[in-house]
Amino acid sequence: MTAPEDYDLLVNGTEHHVVGAWIGESLLYVLRERLGLPGAKNACEQGECGSCSVMVDDRLVCSCLVLAASAVGTAITTVESLAPDGALSDVQQAFVDAGAVQCGFCTPGLVMAVEDLLARDAAPTELEVREAISGNLCRCTGYGRVIDAVRVAVRRRTGAEVA
Amino acid sequence: MSEITLTDTTVAPPATGAGTATGTRGARIGESASRPDGIPKVQGRFAYSADLWAEGMLWGHTLRSPHPSARITSIDIAPALRIPGVQAVLTADDVPGRRTYGLEIHDQPVFASDTIRYQGEPVACVAADHPETARRAAEAIVVTYEALEPLIDAEAAIEAPAIHPDGNVVRHLVIRHGDPTVTGDVTVEGTYEVGMQDQAPLGTEAGMAVPSDDGGVELYIATQWLHIDQAQVAASLDLPPEKVRLQLAGVGGAFGAREDVSLQIHLALLALHTGRPVKMVYDRAESFFGHVHRHPARMWYRHHATADGTIVNVEARLIFDGGAYASSSPAVIGNAACFAVGPYFTPNAHIDGWAMRTNNPPCGAMRGFGAVQTCFAHEAQMDKLADALGMDPIELRLRNALKTGDTLPTGQVITGTAPVAEVIRAVAEVPDAVSPTIDGRPMALPGGAGRTADPDGVVRGSGFAVGFKNIAFSEGFDDFSTARVRLDRGVATVTCACAEVGQGFVTIAQQFTREVLGVDEVVLAPADTTIGSAGSTSASRQTWMSGGAVKAAAEAVRERMLALVAADHGLAPGSLRVDDDRIVSDDGAVDLPVTEALGDRVVEETVEYHHEPTYPLDEHGQGDAHLSFAFVAHRAVVDVDPELGLCRLVDLVTSQDVGKVLNPLQLLGQLEGGAAQGVGLALMEEILVTDGTVRNASFTDYLIPTALDLPDLRVGELVEQPEPGAPFGAKGVGEPPTISSTPAVVAAVRAATGLALPRTPVRPSDIALAGIEAP
Repeated sequence: MTAPEDYDLLVNGTEHHVVGAWIGESLLYVLRERLGLPGAKNACEQGECGSCSVMVDDRLVCSCLVLAASAVGTAITTVESLAPDGALSDVQQAFVDAGAVQCGFCTPGLVMAVEDLLARDAAPTELEVREAISGNLCRCTGYGRVIDAVRVAVRRRTGAEVA
Repeated sequence: MSEITLTDTTVAPPATGAGTATGTRGARIGESASRPDGIPKVQGRFAYSADLWAEGMLWGHTLRSPHPSARITSIDIAPALRIPGVQAVLTADDVPGRRTYGLEIHDQPVFASDTIRYQGEPVACVAADHPETARRAAEAIVVTYEALEPLIDAEAAIEAPAIHPDGNVVRHLVIRHGDPTVTGDVTVEGTYEVGMQDQAPLGTEAGMAVPSDDGGVELYIATQWLHIDQAQVAASLDLPPEKVRLQLAGVGGAFGAREDVSLQIHLALLALHTGRPVKMVYDRAESFFGHVHRHPARMWYRHHATADGTIVNVEARLIFDGGAYASSSPAVIGNAACFAVGPYFTPNAHIDGWAMRTNNPPCGAMRGFGAVQTCFAHEAQMDKLADALGMDPIELRLRNALKTGDTLPTGQVITGTAPVAEVIRAVAEVPDAVSPTIDGRPMALPGGAGRTADPDGVVRGSGFAVGFKNIAFSEGFDDFSTARVRLDRGVATVTCACAEVGQGFVTIAQQFTREVLGVDEVVLAPADTTIGSAGSTSASRQTWMSGGAVKAAAEAVRERMLALVAADHGLAPGSLRVDDDRIVSDDGAVDLPVTEALGDRVVEETVEYHHEPTYPLDEHGQGDAHLSFAFVAHRAVVDVDPELGLCRLVDLVTSQDVGKVLNPLQLLGQLEGGAAQGVGLALMEEILVTDGTVRNASFTDYLIPTALDLPDLRVGELVEQPEPGAPFGAKGVGEPPTISSTPAVVAAVRAATGLALPRTPVRPSDIALAGIEAP
């Protein structure tokens, strides 16, 4: 393998020094295995399932498709940033309350996708919600309670109903 | 770098959130208890088996055969060992104990040494200090294969030369009931096929093995059954079971894929060889090769009925392709044969079931377990019969619906509840909610945006299906679970090896304990092998079995608690009872909170809970083989673009025989999630295998439903008839939703298109190219 590389990544507002990494490591791998942030999950490693979703400079990305070394100089946000002091974000709380969590493996990615959706559009239609999360595969829920969690989050945030 | 401790999977009451916080009332039976693991899961800090980390750990990787059938002529591991960072390269010669494993039959090699029987069969494994090094090292191993012609046809396998010392017939089961020569006024016949479905749990196979000081090994693993893994790992390591300790790591879904051993033995071998912790995580492609799938099936049926629609005889021949190794094929074909005629009274039957060995990918457990395949066939037959009789298909099903007291084709009389007519009516009574006009928005059309379906050409159809299966293990298996409940200062701690795979046992265990003991705070200890077996999280059995064990242990604690408190008050044992969260006497003289009743006295009880015995089937397939049955019905509405062969499910309605609703929210999640997998099998999910070689081992090519593929499931009235013998009268609910959803959806496509569609999943070409001869 190529010579180890050192570089810095800004994750959840904290500068992390990555030491001795293989240049081929994905952002997902570095977050999980080098920085102790396993919230982003690896379920397909080809950008199909959305389990590894994180924000890079405010864009929702599949971190399995981003080389970690190419994310130097960006601001990375992971699911771990949503409840830094243990208090859940409104989206996280809605997932718990609506029964949107079963095995939970897809949940962090879905939470990130919904946070991203609601940041862009506070009052999405149901079809827009389905489209926004259609890049996140879930094998347990059939999405019913996930959609309901979004309804709950929108209602609590804006008082409006998802049409 | 922070260490992710292995005990992060411990499920404990959340500090915030609904239900179990100290001082608040925890949910009891019938209430929507919130998952105690919900908060760590939404935070991303619940430790799945891929999330484990240990100081000095190595990464494992498996080398697999590219051929479905081959002889190995040589294996040279030297090039792999020369790669810097490689710590171990192991082959079959390095397995100190039994070189084979298997759930029921130990017929599968830990590593192939001379014969390859399926594509993806493990040949060697590697441990290295970086996952990429391990991958490259596995690639560097030089294996020379002499490729052989694979045996790929399950029907032909019956007569073909054996590809395994155990022969090609894994199980041949004949059910002969009544007079199988009886004929009716009307006869319908058909041959149906089901493709190979993958469980596709989002979490791939992953785990960590840590060598222990006593020469044993600790395995942190995602599995459905810790103790069956323990037995198989110990046998191959040639260690006593107590030196192989397993703890459940977080499980990212299962659906049957984790009932067989995958990487457990390899991991343990690598850890013992290197003396270091070893972690292994399959990628998605390897996951497709690393676990068994749902059996593809070819099923011939002939139904005989009188002119008024009464079924008088069913003949069926079922060929299930089990692939290279036995796995749970004997039990799968057992279920397929036992439930082959569906939930309909059938006085005469001749069912011929075969589970066959081929060089195709091994098949075994998946949600619905044999009943899924036959339900697809018997429901197509029921529609065909209704058509031949000129009868309403729902009326035909009601006329023949099983009920308590009826005899099954196995000769077993149903003594429990059998509300078949009730689930049918409950679905039929739900009004049609779909707008009669096609939703022309691009995203709402068949195929979605970019598929250019012409709204004017879209046709719509509706389909109905009913199904059933057994709850818990059958055919004489001594099925049990073990649980320990400890009550200490008003806090109950439950220990049980039941694998929580997402299904929600964690809420069931808490609800049952609260209901019995009247306490609110219930802590769940980690699931591991320090306590007796809980059996598998499969067969819709854990609510009954591990729920039953928890309930029994809690009741034993309650009786001891009441005896102690009675003695405190100079009362006779039996004079006190738990009423909600208080201990009371009938005369009102004693009335104190459970949490304060014992002071600092600790009460602990461990119970092994067995269900009523079942019995093997005899040579005619007759016997009381099953404990209990659960029934389900679905109605589907599908829009189809006939030109492109694209389908869109626009409505799905269900009702289910649940015995008793224990947790309405979790139940809904099971009905929705199970139906989604059934819809997948109807419209998109199939592992494509050509000449024994898998063509679509990825989520790009193996499609599972997304949020755009599924409408909101509409649940009709749930049928709550308490099942005798079941804890709180509840039946398992996990599998039935997957059974009748597939045939309902395909029936809707048939209704929309007028095509026969005898095969599932329905492919676009089955519709768009119907009637067009291949050039």
